[in-house]
Amino acid sequence: MASLGKIARRTFLIGSAAVAGGVAFGVYAARQPFPNPNLDDLGDGAVSFNPWVVIDNERVTLVAPHADKGQGIFSAQAALIAEELDIDLDQVEISFGEPDRAYFNTAITEAAAGFPMYDMSPTAERVRGFLGGVAKLAFPMMATGGSSAIPDVYDKLRQAGATARETLKLAASQESGVPVAELRTERGAVILPDGTEMPYTALAATAARIEPVMGVVLRDPADWRLAGRPMERVDIVRKSTGTLTYGIDFRTEDMRFATIKVNPRQGGALNGYDATEAEAMPGVERTVEITGGVAVVANNTWRAFRAANAIQFDWGDAPYPAEQEAHWDHLAGIFDDEHLNAEARVEGDVDAAEGEEISGEYRSPYIAHAPLEPLNATVLVTDTRVDIWTGHQIQMFAEQIVSEITGVDQENVHLHNHFIGGSFGHRLEFEFIRQAAEIANQMRGVPIQMTYSREEDFAHDFPRHITMGRGVAKVLNGQVNSLDVQIAGQSVMRSQMGRMGFNLPGPDTQLHEGAWDAPMFNLPNLRVRSYRTEALAPVSSWRAVGAGPNVFIYETLLDEAIHAAGADPLEERIRLMGHDVSVGVLEAVGEMCGWSGPNIGEGRGRGVAYGFSFGVAVATIVEVTHTDAGIRLDHVWMAADVGQVIDPVNLENLAQGGVVFGLGHAINCEITYSDGMAQQTNYHAHEGMRIWQCPPIEFRALETNPKIRGFGEPPIPPSAPALGNAIFAATGQRIREMPFNKHIDFV
Amino acid sequence: MRLTVNGTEHEVDVEPDMPLLWVLRDELNITGPKYGCGIAQCGACTVHVDGFAVRSCQLAIGDLVGEVTTIEGLGTPDNLHAVQQAWIEHQVAQCGYCQSGQIMQAADLLAANPQPSDADIDAVMGGNLCRCGTYPRIRAAIHSAAARLQEA
Ligand code: FES
Ligand code: FES
Repeated sequence: MASLGKIARRTFLIGSAAVAGGVAFGVYAARQPFPNPNLDDLGDGAVSFNPWVVIDNERVTLVAPHADKGQGIFSAQAALIAEELDIDLDQVEISFGEPDRAYFNTAITEAAAGFPMYDMSPTAERVRGFLGGVAKLAFPMMATGGSSAIPDVYDKLRQAGATARETLKLAASQESGVPVAELRTERGAVILPDGTEMPYTALAATAARIEPVMGVVLRDPADWRLAGRPMERVDIVRKSTGTLTYGIDFRTEDMRFATIKVNPRQGGALNGYDATEAEAMPGVERTVEITGGVAVVANNTWRAFRAANAIQFDWGDAPYPAEQEAHWDHLAGIFDDEHLNAEARVEGDVDAAEGEEISGEYRSPYIAHAPLEPLNATVLVTDTRVDIWTGHQIQMFAEQIVSEITGVDQENVHLHNHFIGGSFGHRLEFEFIRQAAEIANQMRGVPIQMTYSREEDFAHDFPRHITMGRGVAKVLNGQVNSLDVQIAGQSVMRSQMGRMGFNLPGPDTQLHEGAWDAPMFNLPNLRVRSYRTEALAPVSSWRAVGAGPNVFIYETLLDEAIHAAGADPLEERIRLMGHDVSVGVLEAVGEMCGWSGPNIGEGRGRGVAYGFSFGVAVATIVEVTHTDAGIRLDHVWMAADVGQVIDPVNLENLAQGGVVFGLGHAINCEITYSDGMAQQTNYHAHEGMRIWQCPPIEFRALETNPKIRGFGEPPIPPSAPALGNAIFAATGQRIREMPFNKHIDFV
Repeated sequence: MRLTVNGTEHEVDVEPDMPLLWVLRDELNITGPKYGCGIAQCGACTVHVDGFAVRSCQLAIGDLVGEVTTIEGLGTPDNLHAVQQAWIEHQVAQCGYCQSGQIMQAADLLAANPQPSDADIDAVMGGNLCRCGTYPRIRAAIHSAAARLQEA
């Protein structure tokens, strides 16, 4: 059988393709020819076609190209194909496939369309469609991010399965002479009326020769047998037995273990270094200079770490303020016209609005991604081919970078994607792959596994952007009458895209995401403005990106206003909302906890927050007790509406994990700079939540959202403000800055 | 230097101060135990030495006394340990990177305390960080495993 990579790269056709001894199926014929150099040898009029199902005479292989960093998308992709293909997941092999433009993400541009994601108007939808088309032509990006994988693949993969199934039935009909209408399919076989089973693998050769059946009507989710109910994820046994190979576990003959040190003052120069001592240490093969730093190549990772620590460095200054306080001072100074990023939402007139005024200033710090698997990549460079073994979310761009470093054509650069031990945005960055490739390029023919020490991972992370908010609310006659929100921040998109070589035009929508698009249709006066700087530390997308800090600012201010109005935090939010899906989640979460107001007894309190991000409305209620030892988290309830649920167990896991992630960081995590360097070097100083702090977390999924959505990020934003609001209810202390442990103790 | 891992004896030529974790991962290619922090903060490297949970990033190979069991030796996909069965039943893992360590720690807990309360679980599992936040499921899985072991 041809390798999957070959099929993906070489096969551009409609419906199906013959492969050695079998057939490959896709479905998603692009409306126009793909302006793709790979098409040149196919001639005019060729249409690109994405192969997701490959069947030969031995096995059925499903291709699940989205990166899996713990969100469960590997299993979900396979289940969507298998649902229509009528095969079970224990009968197939599942592969990440080889990176290819054919797998470009059609949903990831949706958020950039400039319409709130709940806006389903024809205009909004038309702009989204147009943007998707432009992206396909200009920059078809195979990428996993922005909680877009499920919306991207939901239709495509089911259609891939359905096309394959119907074509296999046609092949069976030709072979058996039985009309298609009398055939059915089950567990990887076409079944004749007399009960004879014709396995798909036996039909592959015939199927490869016939016109594929296109435009098959997809099954109603109510008729699903696999998806839509609890599934055993296909990676769960391997992840419970230590038998899954992450990138860091990849081993190959003659591999060397390496690590790097680059200037901890991010982007600063390497003025000089002395590696004499390091090179004499046991197991060290050599040191290698890379961009902005030095790598140690050894025969064991620990020996490489130890030798790297023995190098004497002379580092240059940081290209941003050396001390943390100056970062805050800078933000405080950019709330002006010159730095205006966008006046993102204006309803009514906040200046003229009447009412008693409440105002506050809010801070959201830099935070590290710090997934538990430190960044690593294994690279083997030869003069004609490069192999990369790692886990990455934008695979083809990584291949392009490595092609530029090595001078090997991108077509001969092969990234073998691996399961990722957490990302939270870290695996959207390219530095670690660049560094591994720079080492391997200087040691051609030798596979190099480059692993960051945890300390390097912290020092060289591009953290969540720093944000300051200012808000003025007005309350009148027991209601919130006006909210005026201003958000100033380091531009995350310009920083991140800048490292990819793109100059992002226009405003950075992440600086008001989650605030400008909070529905609040019944709030008469609302203004959201954002201010942008690029003068601070380099930053990157951190799970939920702008919505994390912005929902904290917005929902804390709103809570203060509701309190001042003397209204009920849940009821007033429901009244203001006027958006059915959002009202639904707020009512659901209230019912789940038996809501009776924020004050539930001496030293106890409940806080509500609502967040809209990545197209998903989420409502969270946190309950706390103020004990002698500090704040104790007692219980969390969350309701969310992602539309159709693919796997309720995985969804609940993501909800619970999102709460733990959102609360843990709000309680005790920040990155601060001193002398230009991150002061937090390992988990002891940036801990997140531990099991003993974790309360029971109850979750309910509603399914009224008109579009299916991803859920990797939406649980995060409302977690922090719900906790802050609960602390206020329990103690009367209003905390406007994360991490909260700077202001109050926790048990 | 000699050591026994999962019942097999190995000879390695390393400095006595090399942590057991790196002997396992980079000398013996036993990659179930993970590197997360290197300073006893995350528990991803947890293995058993003579049945007791140990942070292998903190144990110099020269100080090793006893037989080592890693996640690969606790149970296999075809012959799962009760804790692993419970982990699968509750679909605990997200990224899964911490789970080798969580499972080894949980197996140790249940060996010492067959019916742990939530408070017992919190006390013993507190050193095992899960960045993905699977703690509610870890608690539930430990209770299931305890029940399973009682029946056995
Ligand atoms: S790697 Fe040993 S405790 Fe983190
Ligand atoms: S499952 Fe990802 S760190 Fe625990």
